[in-house]
Amino acid sequence: MEQNNFKETVLRISGVNPKKCMRCGKCSGACPNYDEMEFHPHQFVSMVENGEIEKLMTSPSVYKCLTCFACVERCPRQVEPAKLIEAVRLCVIRQAGQNHLKPDQIPEMLDEDLPQQAIVSAFRKFTK
Amino acid sequence: MQVEKNFEPTVVAFCCNWCSYAGADLSGNNRIQYPANVKIIRIPCSCRLNPMFILRAFQRGADGVILCGCHPGDCHYTSGNYFARRRMTLLFSMLSFLGIEKERCRVEWVSAAEGAKFAATMNDFVATITRLGENKKLEDLRCKK
Amino acid sequence: MQRIGVFVCWCGSNIAATVDVKKVAETLGKEPCVVYYENYQYMCSEEGQNKIINAIHEHKLSGIVICSCSPRMHEATFRRTAQKAGLNPYMVEIANIREQCSWIHKDMATATEKAIILGRAAIAKVHLNTPLQAGESPVVKRALVIGGGIAGIQTALDIADAGFEVDIVEKKPTIGGKMSQIDKTFPTLDCSACILTPKMVDVAQNEKIHIYSYSEVAAVKGFVGNFDVTIKRKARYVKEELCTGCGACTEKCPQKKVPNDFNLGLDNKHAIYIPFAQAVPKVATIDPDYCMMLKTGKCGVCSKVCAAGAIDYKQQDELVQQQYGAIVVATGYNPIDLKNYDEFAYSQSPDVVTSLEFERLTNAAGPTGGVLLRPSDRQHPHTIVFVQCVGSRESGEGCGKTYCSKICCMYTAKHAMLTREKYPDTEVYVFYIDVRTPGKNFDEFYRRAVEEYGVHYIKGMVGKVSPENGKLMVQASDLLDNKQLKIEADLVVLAAAIEPDPSARPLATMLTTQMDTNDFFTEAHPKLRPVESATAGIFLSGCCQGPKDIPETVSQASACAAKVIGLLAKDKLLGNPCVAESNELMCNGCSSCEKVCPYGAISYVDKEFKMPNRTIAVRRVANVNPAVCQGCGACTVACPSGAMDLKGFSNSQIMAEVDAICK
Repeated sequence: MEQNNFKETVLRISGVNPKKCMRCGKCSGACPNYDEMEFHPHQFVSMVENGEIEKLMTSPSVYKCLTCFACVERCPRQVEPAKLIEAVRLCVIRQAGQNHLKPDQIPEMLDEDLPQQAIVSAFRKFTK
Repeated sequence: MQVEKNFEPTVVAFCCNWCSYAGADLSGNNRIQYPANVKIIRIPCSCRLNPMFILRAFQRGADGVILCGCHPGDCHYTSGNYFARRRMTLLFSMLSFLGIEKERCRVEWVSAAEGAKFAATMNDFVATITRLGENKKLEDLRCKK
Repeated sequence: MQRIGVFVCWCGSNIAATVDVKKVAETLGKEPCVVYYENYQYMCSEEGQNKIINAIHEHKLSGIVICSCSPRMHEATFRRTAQKAGLNPYMVEIANIREQCSWIHKDMATATEKAIILGRAAIAKVHLNTPLQAGESPVVKRALVIGGGIAGIQTALDIADAGFEVDIVEKKPTIGGKMSQIDKTFPTLDCSACILTPKMVDVAQNEKIHIYSYSEVAAVKGFVGNFDVTIKRKARYVKEELCTGCGACTEKCPQKKVPNDFNLGLDNKHAIYIPFAQAVPKVATIDPDYCMMLKTGKCGVCSKVCAAGAIDYKQQDELVQQQYGAIVVATGYNPIDLKNYDEFAYSQSPDVVTSLEFERLTNAAGPTGGVLLRPSDRQHPHTIVFVQCVGSRESGEGCGKTYCSKICCMYTAKHAMLTREKYPDTEVYVFYIDVRTPGKNFDEFYRRAVEEYGVHYIKGMVGKVSPENGKLMVQASDLLDNKQLKIEADLVVLAAAIEPDPSARPLATMLTTQMDTNDFFTEAHPKLRPVESATAGIFLSGCCQGPKDIPETVSQASACAAKVIGLLAKDKLLGNPCVAESNELMCNGCSSCEKVCPYGAISYVDKEFKMPNRTIAVRRVANVNPAVCQGCGACTVACPSGAMDLKGFSNSQIMAEVDAICK
């Protein structure tokens, strides 16, 4: 994927129109994992809009997002930042050799309270 | 269709009193030229235009008919141009059904401030009608004396 | 047979330079029924007009065609000329050979040919013209103002000042509206009650103004100049004319647990109450949902203590009929319901309040006597967070509004400033998206809040408010510093969006006026006719038309009054004679025309028709009210039986023009 296409891809995958954002910051205000993230939800929106996708792709923020959808729920203009973050993550994952989770890592991460669904979703989130 | 050499089409323009007729006046005030083939009939609102008038014009030998009204949302009578838009949509589908080129009939929204647009629209419309040639399908020969 | 005269104007050289006016006049002179033709340099000049008048007299003309400039320019002039000569003004037709011919064409032959065709079309039309009389309708010299807030009060006072009778209908027991609940007004910080209550007293004392408080408009019929309005006076169980407003009943009433809506439920009132001390009219009202006497028949304390004998438990709703020449809508606004904003914990904690509630908490006449106390534990709050744009500027898909509520930035700055002034030990945070302060001395006011009073303005919306251990945890992002803030607040104030009063929509239906998708009334023109509705005789004042602050409301109210006075000053209204007309013999009663009429000018009546063999049939036929019809012609096309026609632009007239052009 060329750099120019990243923005287009992210927008296509997410279906989000970052131009709808009025920069109120309610997404970042609502984010429960704010302090863990290098780039915050409102920054994702403006950086995607500015085409700075590669910076986002190399940032751990992509994986720190809990996908709790608080930002989507709270956004007064229905911008849906979490979908944008998900799309950036997919952009990374779809590149070759970018698997972040191997099946043999799973047993050591397992704990009793972990639901099956989380493992499936982790594969979706961290592997190609 | 064969285009006659000096074919001068007859074009009837129905203009609503509040926007498009004023727009036509403005293009006159600004001396913006458009073909003399266009003859304007003033109606109070685009919704006053009965599609029958258009068919009557075609029957009597008009080669093109254009309706100009206020932009949607700007109607002096608040909703008239919406009615006009619906009626014209029906007329267009009827014209295609009859096998008449529906380009012979057109709806344009021209505001009182758009003198240049009025002239441009008329230039374009007359060019289209000239290309289409004489209206033979709908003309009623009995009306020709 | 018509006797038609054709007058071709040169307009100096404006027409004559490109159109052979002489040829036009001569050619048109050969048209059937044309008995006279003439061309002259300036038809609109006095000399030119005299030529027309003389020709009408000499040749007994029954219709005239003037080939000149646009009818938008001089149609009125030539109609007056015809009238002077004793000809019906609607027997005049104009062929526009200047704007639509000479000015846009350069070739003389083409322009002349076109001018002749345009002239022919006008002659063809004038053949079918009929004399039209503009209908006259008398004007009832009385205005109705719906809503007794500051908008209604100002409009009523101004109309009364011009000498006309005004009635105010207010659904609450007192006039005053939202302004009576407000503590101070921005940007001057003068006391709201101090400037409003004198106006309320003026209203009460003005002989020309009559207040229908605790009343609603039940039905509206009629049209401009002649509205017939039914007003429902709700039973207040107190005889208004006897009650002196002494307040003895309100003190003695044993039912003390009635939520006080004037204080937005922050405290309680008695079942019989006077909303506030300066209420106009100062008359007690019984709340039938709480009064023990009305509910169970056991109590009657108020009746016993009332020295004036004003209490009447058997009072019924009463309907009053009144005629009006003009109606002013001043129904105002309300803050939106915040129950859907769970993230701000409005329904979870009493310490999350709306700005209007905060207004009552700081008002000297409010539930706390003007001392700022938290509603939950009546303690002084030390950290206050203001959240702006709650429910405003949203995408419209959620529960909020798409528009900016306009007043919130300023009143929040006012609240923040006043809090810091009275309680300097309080930390005040304002979370904003944008601070919008267009208005005289507005931005200076906001800057003063920041610079002089040390209010913390933070760009960023609050994401979450959660009640924790008697405090409110406010989580928000500071967009400029790019960090997330967690503030432990004692009180959170939400600047709720404002929306039109719910009574506005049913009222708009009654008045046949238009509303936008947000239920604000639509003005006739957003720039040039901002206080009139598209329906003649209905005027708009205040927030019912869009969010406004007090100065704007008052100026709109006065503008509105000026328009009403202009209407009421006329004895008679001359209608537009070019109105729709139904041929009752052809009408099949289908109601198509009634549905498309934007003015509600068409109604259906049952009428008796003589049928063969001396029988009589009753048929339902359309009836156009010429005073309401504006002559758009939508109905003429909708009519499937061709019964509906438009005078001045009849089917046959337009067809004749078409034929003349296509010949």
